[in-house]
Amino acid sequence: MTMKANNRQVNGVTIVDMSGRITLGEGSVVLRDSIKDLIGKGQKKILLNLGDVSYIDSSGIGELVSAFTSVRNQGGELKLLKLTKKVHDLLQITKLYTVFDIKDDETEAVRSFK
Amino acid sequence: MKNRVSYTLDSTLVSVNHAESKAHEIAARAGFSEDDQYNIAMAVREAAVNAVLHGNSRDPAKKFFVAYETTHEALVITITDQGQGLDPALLPDPLSPENLMKGSGRGIFLIRAFMDEVKFRNAAPGTEITLIKHHSRKAASSKEETQ
Repeated sequence: MTMKANNRQVNGVTIVDMSGRITLGEGSVVLRDSIKDLIGKGQKKILLNLGDVSYIDSSGIGELVSAFTSVRNQGGELKLLKLTKKVHDLLQITKLYTVFDIKDDETEAVRSFK
Repeated sequence: MKNRVSYTLDSTLVSVNHAESKAHEIAARAGFSEDDQYNIAMAVREAAVNAVLHGNSRDPAKKFFVAYETTHEALVITITDQGQGLDPALLPDPLSPENLMKGSGRGIFLIRAFMDEVKFRNAAPGTEITLIKHHSRKAASSKEETQ
């Protein structure tokens, strides 16, 4: 399944609705380019909606970590929304679950940005 | 009874996807649960990515080889590249604080997390990694009962 990323703005937060697979190659590149583009535009509050992301491999996990670090280095915040069980489990076994700020509810997630 | 199928694949991401989907298909046919099918396929994907990127360095002249062997007890998958070889003892721990926020280095960790046994062998040249997933005791006894 092709990876897609669509942006929308809610109360100053950029929500990136992602769907498909974040894997080595296309999926990781889509994520990387999306974050790079948002940082370039000065967007510092980014909520990655992973509700329709069916699969992430180790490259995809690495890309999430890089995205988190890139946004933070620019003084921004990147949070994750609606993890599937598989993605949730992956972040737990890689000990990244506590690194990311992970939300289930979009309204609450948007409100949580400073 | 033992079934074995093997493939010789180009060092491309298309081949990685092929190895992964074949693993999924064979694990399903062998009677593994959906979770196990997913985990086995991901382990194969990670091993294939390592073979293509780190082993063969995407050299179009180099191939990698994947063999899937199913028995009553387990699914055994062997992936061999034609690279410079790998010492698994030298791999950094992706869970250690200094590595936690790195953008790479989690592939073999995930393979080990998802499979029951993982073995490395120097294939001179190249590395052979063997991934083993046993049928659970319950699944194995259920299979025996139906035979």
